Amino acid sequence: MSTVALTEAHHGSAVGREWSGAAPKRIVTGYGFWIFILSDMVMFSAFFATYAVLQGQTAGGPTGHDLFDLRNVAIETAFLLASSFTCGLASIAADTRNKSGFQTAMAVTCAFGLGFLFLEGREFASLVIGGAGPSRSAFLSAFFTLVGCHGLHVSAGILWLLTIMAQVFTKGFRSDIRRRILCFALFWHALDIIWIAVFTVVYLLGSAA
Amino acid sequence: MSNGLEEADNAVDLAPGDEHAEGGVGLRVIGYLTGLGLAILLTATSFFIAGTDLVWQPSIPVALVVLAIAQMGVHLVFFLHITTGPDNTNNVLALAFGVLIVLLVMCGSLWIMANLNHNMMPMDQLMQMQR
Repeated sequence: MSTVALTEAHHGSAVGREWSGAAPKRIVTGYGFWIFILSDMVMFSAFFATYAVLQGQTAGGPTGHDLFDLRNVAIETAFLLASSFTCGLASIAADTRNKSGFQTAMAVTCAFGLGFLFLEGREFASLVIGGAGPSRSAFLSAFFTLVGCHGLHVSAGILWLLTIMAQVFTKGFRSDIRRRILCFALFWHALDIIWIAVFTVVYLLGSAA
Repeated sequence: MSNGLEEADNAVDLAPGDEHAEGGVGLRVIGYLTGLGLAILLTATSFFIAGTDLVWQPSIPVALVVLAIAQMGVHLVFFLHITTGPDNTNNVLALAFGVLIVLLVMCGSLWIMANLNHNMMPMDQLMQMQR
């Protein structure tokens, strides 16, 4: 059946593209995960819209200008950016089947991610202790929802990273494991893109206003 | 016939995140280093602009948004390897649809809420009516 279609395509008119079979599994998996990431970004856009609408509703409480420590945010940004870079190095190591290089790059990525989470946790704790918790005002509710949701994504990403390190350790670079590495790298880089929006919209615009 | 059709015939789709195998490890590392350098440059500019008195103040929010969008582009190209090549058409189209929805959600919410806010009766009059 398919061979008939193939030969017809060969001898028939040159309309359209030659049928070369179904796409490889790596492309199907990567594309499906790409769709998931885009839907995740749509979810974040709703949180961003909520935050932008509620930014001024401080109920007489502290504003972003009073609360945000830009030095802390700059260090968080540097950590995430560096982790994105080492995640890229891990992808290269996976493609060249370099096991020790892969594990090292992933471990460094994990360390930067944990450093980011530590700084964010410290910031959240100091806000809550200072009486600026999520229940203080609509502005702070939106702030904790948006930034906290990104933090949850990073936490989930770190757990995923650790399981992938374990899978490569026990099973090596099998093709299914390499598809998971591809998806993880997409996820981690996408988190960095969302963080760009967070530090611009929440912190830089918030402390400028 | 133009080359367009032949190109499309030879193009093999790429998974999002994948890049062409040719070039070797050195070139790929240089690609990530380029992305890192550009991202650091744009981030540093953002943080500098946010706190400076050197530029006209009302231009700062616009500059920050433009810098952020530029940096997202850098990440997409150098880290996620979303390119304009024929092997990337599916990935780019999905991205374009995602961007459309994101813009609709954000701009639509802001527009509607600003409009409602504008049309709402001032709070003190509202309180008096409820007495």
